[in-house]
Amino acid sequence: MSILVNKDSKVIVQGFTGKEGTFHAEQCIAYGTNIVGGVTPNKGGQTHLEKPVFNTVAQAVASTGATVSMIFVPPAFVGDAVMEAAEAGIELAVIITEGAPIKDMQMAKAHANKHGMMTIGPNCPGIITAEECKIGIMPGSIFKKGNVGLISKSGTLTYEGANQVCNEGYGITTAVGIGGDPIIGLSYNQILPMFEADPETKCIVMIGEIGGDLEIQAAALIKEQITKPVVAFIAGQTAPKGKTMGHAGAIVSGSAGTAKEKMEALEAAGVKVVVSPADIGKAVKELLG
Amino acid sequence: MNIHEYQAKQIFAKYGVPTPKGIMVESVKDAVVAAETLGGPVWVVKAQIHAGGRGLGGGVKLAKSLEEVEALANEILGMTLVTHQTTAEGKLVQKLYIEDGADIQSELYLSVVLDRKLEMPLIMASTEGGMNIEDVAENTPEKIVTIPVDPAIGFQGFHGRQLAFGLGITDKNEQKNIISFAQKLFKLYMEKDAEMIEINPLVKTGDGEFLALDGKMGFDNSALGRQPEIAAMRDLSEEDADEIEAAKYGLSYVALDGEIGCMVNGAGLAMGTMDTINHMGGTPANFLDVGGSANAETVAKGFEIILKNPNVKAIFVNIFGGIVRCDRIANGIIEATKITDVNVPVIVRLDGTNAPEAAEILKNANIANLIVGDDLGDGAAKAVKAAAEFKGK
Repeated sequence: MSILVNKDSKVIVQGFTGKEGTFHAEQCIAYGTNIVGGVTPNKGGQTHLEKPVFNTVAQAVASTGATVSMIFVPPAFVGDAVMEAAEAGIELAVIITEGAPIKDMQMAKAHANKHGMMTIGPNCPGIITAEECKIGIMPGSIFKKGNVGLISKSGTLTYEGANQVCNEGYGITTAVGIGGDPIIGLSYNQILPMFEADPETKCIVMIGEIGGDLEIQAAALIKEQITKPVVAFIAGQTAPKGKTMGHAGAIVSGSAGTAKEKMEALEAAGVKVVVSPADIGKAVKELLG
Repeated sequence: MNIHEYQAKQIFAKYGVPTPKGIMVESVKDAVVAAETLGGPVWVVKAQIHAGGRGLGGGVKLAKSLEEVEALANEILGMTLVTHQTTAEGKLVQKLYIEDGADIQSELYLSVVLDRKLEMPLIMASTEGGMNIEDVAENTPEKIVTIPVDPAIGFQGFHGRQLAFGLGITDKNEQKNIISFAQKLFKLYMEKDAEMIEINPLVKTGDGEFLALDGKMGFDNSALGRQPEIAAMRDLSEEDADEIEAAKYGLSYVALDGEIGCMVNGAGLAMGTMDTINHMGGTPANFLDVGGSANAETVAKGFEIILKNPNVKAIFVNIFGGIVRCDRIANGIIEATKITDVNVPVIVRLDGTNAPEAAEILKNANIANLIVGDDLGDGAAKAVKAAAEFKGK
């Protein structure tokens, strides 16, 4: 078991024939991901990486039965690509592209919600179910199969966390990089209950950072719904204030945003909070024994 | 990206958002000419820097004669303004905005921001204009009206009515004016890919008109490619020179006041590395994310920027290679030691893609001062120790 994706998930790649799309699709196929084709406008009918190329997502879905799309299109076209996937009946879009305009993501996510499509990202490493299905840009070799679920806003901290968990002799069920943009798809509060429901997942590692209040919302949810042990790290305890956050934006969610506040909220919810990412593996060991 | 008040008001004017007339100047002489052109009888002399709280800091003053305009321009131009939004060193005032005085009957607050929870723009308004809005939110939250606007339907009549009634505006002419004001502001927020617009104060004049007395705007950096007119308004002198230099090479750099230079891939791991150093009793000298396309040249540049900081006593290179290949980073380190004089200890921890190749490259290079860290915790501990020893020398 795992969450969201497994070896049977049929995946297409939007932006399939581009440099990034090609490189990472190749890596995903090598990992075992069931990539059934891709989409690049005006290249329909061609074959790329031994898979069929389609002009539209609708054609790709009709022909392959794909339910998941991995999106690599350039930032200016991401919103368009996500909306196309939603209308074509894709169930989960994994948006890797970095630098998508915020306005486009607002529109795209609202449209995805309307069509019942889940999204992950943008600006994220993607999702991986260990030794089954990798949809994204993470180095697959560090994710050994096991019983720890991982959710992270940061790409490299996902690798760091997974690597430590595996070095302690445990492994990963599914790891999801949710991205750190202001507008993101699935977040802690959608993914935590999935791990809670997954019989194989015995422990959850949650990695957050400063800004916004998703981690505070997660703390409230964990207190009420999550019975499995959770380890958390919040990056940015030493980050200077006000460097990235807009002035007026800060008051919308109260004074939320500091690492300290998030760590306290998670601790109060019974989460094992570590002060350094170097301690993630040890904390998992402590909880799983 | 942020812009100056005078630039925000240029954009307001294009969208028909009413503002007092004003002229931006960069010398005392031009300030007087501007005041003459505007006609008076009252002017406001305003420092143009990218920070709020200018009035309290002494950067916004009223003049009742051309002589006063001259005296105030002399006083404010070239001063270093310290406000609650600047650093303790403050910001040098290089530009002034000379503006017509307004007939102020009351002061309001109006802003449009992105509400991350609702995932849509939010109009915020308050009758408590001219005050710090954080204080209003803290002490009298009932005095703030919030109106989310779904971009799919845009600014509708009911949004306007919520705003007008929320602010307690009963006069029909005034209602029409404030609704029109907010509608235009929302339109420009969407069309210009703004992240934040704040007007504090928004004033009501004696004849029931509303004027943007101040204007603060921030834009979505990811959208600047399709907003060339906005991108052209960037004022590099308001930004940190090292950060700009780093950005040219795809590096994201922020200077801090500690002693251990950090070079890391990924923003999350970069922050996590700083936190780890801090936890082990050291102090980070900077945040530096080398990004996904790091190569020998960018790594060498990163070293150069870190070493410009005289407080640096050691450098911790912490890479977990995903897209970034460790062998490229290793070559970058060797390159850097050739170009730049690296006299502080360098602690290197390379893990992930091509890490064994990288270890081999570094081993063969025989660089003095180089210490290998086995993992994040080990690397950070060695960096803290090495910095302390270097300091002791």
